Amino acid sequence: MKTAIKPETAAEMVPDGAVLHIGGFMGVGTPNRIIDALVARNARDLTVICNDTAMPGVGIGKLVAADAVSTVIASHIGLNPETQTKMIAGDIRVELVPQGTLVERIRAAGYGLGGVLTATGIGTPVEDGKQTIDIDGITYLVEKPLRAGFALIAARQADYVGNLEYTLTAHNFNPTMAMSADCVIAEPHHIVPVGVISPDAVKTPGVIVDHLIERAA
Amino acid sequence: MMDAKTLIARRVALEIKPNTLVNLGIGLPSMVANYLPEDVHVFFQAENGVIGLGARPPEGMEDPDLTDAGGGFITAVPGAASIDSAMSFGLIRGGHLDMTVLGGLQVDTRGYLANWMVPGRMVPGMGGAMDLVAGARHVIVAMQHTQKGRPKIVPECTLPLTAERRVSLIVTELAVIKPTENGLDLLELAPGVSVEEVIAATEAPLNVRDTPSVMKLVDA
Repeated sequence: MKTAIKPETAAEMVPDGAVLHIGGFMGVGTPNRIIDALVARNARDLTVICNDTAMPGVGIGKLVAADAVSTVIASHIGLNPETQTKMIAGDIRVELVPQGTLVERIRAAGYGLGGVLTATGIGTPVEDGKQTIDIDGITYLVEKPLRAGFALIAARQADYVGNLEYTLTAHNFNPTMAMSADCVIAEPHHIVPVGVISPDAVKTPGVIVDHLIERAA
Repeated sequence: MMDAKTLIARRVALEIKPNTLVNLGIGLPSMVANYLPEDVHVFFQAENGVIGLGARPPEGMEDPDLTDAGGGFITAVPGAASIDSAMSFGLIRGGHLDMTVLGGLQVDTRGYLANWMVPGRMVPGMGGAMDLVAGARHVIVAMQHTQKGRPKIVPECTLPLTAERRVSLIVTELAVIKPTENGLDLLELAPGVSVEEVIAATEAPLNVRDTPSVMKLVDA
């Protein structure tokens, strides 16, 4: 049985300087109420690992606009000019990672693996400074695991023990990130009694979820 | 006279084989879906997590949790499946994706594509492009032949590469070009376009063996 907490409480748990996984793809499947609470508490110096920084005024874009973020590790920032402006000004450090590599680096950390071997990025700037390994005649890049202190994730619904079910394109990075952080905070659209989510439909088992955000007022 | 993008989309549509999994990039490549022959059933992948991407929903019927990789509202066709990002890119890298259609900034004699950044000017990030070019079984580049008069098909890409892999086909409003180990073969010419016009608009050398055929198009 989990206790549902307020977004403000979650935002207090996340200290300045923390490393965060934040779920979402262009703002879809992003835990917006936790983000709003982080902005409200004036969070600073966060490292945010995410697919993208959404758009100005949307999801992770709000953290960028509030100067809460010092480092972004993402596959795409192209639809958020604010991230690009801050990157060029030197206010945010941005590490760009191919999308499939990003999700596998997060997965490797959560699944206890020492890294990922992928051909993606060979012969491109992504290869710079990285080790390569030849296996059966194919050259792979060695990509390191990417773990976070906190995973802030969004789900369609949670039950009282924290089992999570996702929906449509709001899955994206959420199930992978939930495996890959010291503290997992989930913001579901709905919280339902145990049994409502069938065991077959559970994509993130409640045993790895630390906190649920209470339902919206 | 049909505009360049429509012509390109109508030619690329002919490359799409029935019962395949296809990923269309945003912009011009996404127009290809509009010209798919009715008897060709394919599943389109949106890399943010849908196999079976459908048309835009009616006004007011949008689901905020059902979007394409550009964040636009979509529907899911009957038989669709929703997947997470790990599986989505597993499909792409793992050889399960039959074809991707992508835009391009440059393609060179080796058939290598650059399409994700212009140093100092445009650094949006590669998103899924590097995985798509490294992993899809067939990679089609759908792009305009020149940009502001400057050839985009060049001897060697000056922009950072997307992948060190020869793409399958280049379709522009002037020509269809196939990269091979011997360079770029000019296969087809757009209606009313001459070999000389294509050569003049192309910085890379082209192999012109026989008389290229006229580009076939899907009916509008």
